[in-house]
Amino acid sequence: MPTRQTGAKKIRVLPGFKLTLGFTLFYLGLIVLIPLMSVFIKTSTLSWAQFSQTVFSPQALAAYRLSFGASFFAALINAVFGLIVAWVLVRYSFFGKKFVDALVDLPFALPTAVAGITLATLYAPNGWIGHFFGSVDKSGHFHGLQISYTQLGVFVALTFIGLPFIVRTVQPVLEDFDPELEDAAASLGASRWQIFWRVIFPTLTPALLTGFALAFARALGEYGSVVFISSNIPMKTQIVPLLIMSELDGFQYAKATALAVVMLVVSFLLLLAVNVLQWWSNRYNTNNLA
Amino acid sequence: MTAAEKVNAPHRMAEPPLVRRLLIGIALGFMALFLVIPLVSVFAEALKQGFGFYFQTLRDPLTLSAIKLTLIAAGISVPLNCIFGVAAAWAIAKFDFRGKNILLTLIDLPFSISPVISGLIYVLIFGAQGWFGPWLQDHNIKIIFAVPGIVLATIFVTFPFVARELIPLMQAQGRNEEEAARVLGASGWQTFWRVTIPNIKWGLLYGVILCNARAMGEFGAVSVVSGHIQGQTNTIPLHVQILYESNNFAGAFAVASLLTFLALVTLVLKTWVEYKNTALRGTAFTPVPIAKKAV
Repeated sequence: MPTRQTGAKKIRVLPGFKLTLGFTLFYLGLIVLIPLMSVFIKTSTLSWAQFSQTVFSPQALAAYRLSFGASFFAALINAVFGLIVAWVLVRYSFFGKKFVDALVDLPFALPTAVAGITLATLYAPNGWIGHFFGSVDKSGHFHGLQISYTQLGVFVALTFIGLPFIVRTVQPVLEDFDPELEDAAASLGASRWQIFWRVIFPTLTPALLTGFALAFARALGEYGSVVFISSNIPMKTQIVPLLIMSELDGFQYAKATALAVVMLVVSFLLLLAVNVLQWWSNRYNTNNLA
Repeated sequence: MTAAEKVNAPHRMAEPPLVRRLLIGIALGFMALFLVIPLVSVFAEALKQGFGFYFQTLRDPLTLSAIKLTLIAAGISVPLNCIFGVAAAWAIAKFDFRGKNILLTLIDLPFSISPVISGLIYVLIFGAQGWFGPWLQDHNIKIIFAVPGIVLATIFVTFPFVARELIPLMQAQGRNEEEAARVLGASGWQTFWRVTIPNIKWGLLYGVILCNARAMGEFGAVSVVSGHIQGQTNTIPLHVQILYESNNFAGAFAVASLLTFLALVTLVLKTWVEYKNTALRGTAFTPVPIAKKAV
């Protein structure tokens, strides 16, 4: 450190600043920023009437409702079960724990197309899991609860892909949690349940919300795992990425782009929310340590 | 469980054994339902028509050409994003400049964009109706519905992987070692190869493993720019889709089992690297903003 600063003048001992930052900005611009701008430029060629006709069409509204609804409930289910999985992995020891811990990341590592065909097959009326929920009689009518090719199927796929987010955001915070806080609460007469809700849970809240927001954001954009399990029926089982895809298949680039702008704006807002949550959680942790 | 935890354990008030067992049961049940059963079913479905059919599908020329294209796409995108990741991490970790946090957010951007949109942006630029569409057509260059489009889309979706592993790592390591090497007379490149690379090799390997898994498995973005021409613009995931949609389920799962195998190898390698270097842990795939990850 003393070598770096002599008086008020800063001397850079290490070389390559211009080269590496220049390349970083060039590559970022070429691969990410300029292509992304094309979405906004293309949309700006539409009149407001054309734009609103596309993004507020009944089909688009139904797609938003399903996308947001299924993503929300999938993230919610993951918040509950993800918290339990993280808790069990950090606090208890049991046979096969290392294996379970590694397996949590499977939805990230498994290509979405594989997840899609697998879930669609498993939850189909004659599938391993689907046949518990209903069956097809001899005349070909389905009785019971159908999961594949319905909105419920979309929810199942989005739950699968969002599974690791909560576990992986809560796990490190739970590991860093100072057990002395629990001991202190216990010595002051708090019950185990009170300790969890009043002492441990508030510490986990920012991480839990971050994980929820990440799972929700991922689910909103998801395509591969949903396309097989959704029957892609407009107004019924079509999520926004599927709608964008079907517009592209019909060479309706302006319409697809207008919908993409809506989704991008939502993604950016979620990204902002996650950043704020991270800032909050860091502040929380420092306060706890102090 | 760390040593400290073990020492603390007896003092701590624990849940009753019944609650503990119930929670472990719920967690394992949830994992079994959503992860283990799907994993097993891939291989069960793949072998439904026997080993003969399984290997016949894998040896099919269309499968082989899909494997080749996937290897090409990953073989180009992973090294490029590797170079980018090292350059970005060097600039960000070793120097102070304004706008660093904005740059970090922008590097993470491809993670928060739907794969369908990641493909769409290249169609808008290079497609027949796109900015360069007419010019490309005049010069008989095909990017969309051809291999270059697939490579571009793959680069985009795997863009942040190496950078987001290396940046926090190099920020945590600081600059002292490199500065010492320079002061002692090492050249810039010598410093980089002899000091920096040995320090970051595990992080680099980690990023490459994750980047490669995504590159080989990407479906949505590649699907938009591919045009699904069998034998020409089909990657492994797209080939799975074509087989599945033509009701060749055993074939689709046979090809899918290759990708599942890749996913399992990725998880094993990832766990191994984490074991070798405990600084790299867990959150690898989770796009927690890098700007805030490193403190």
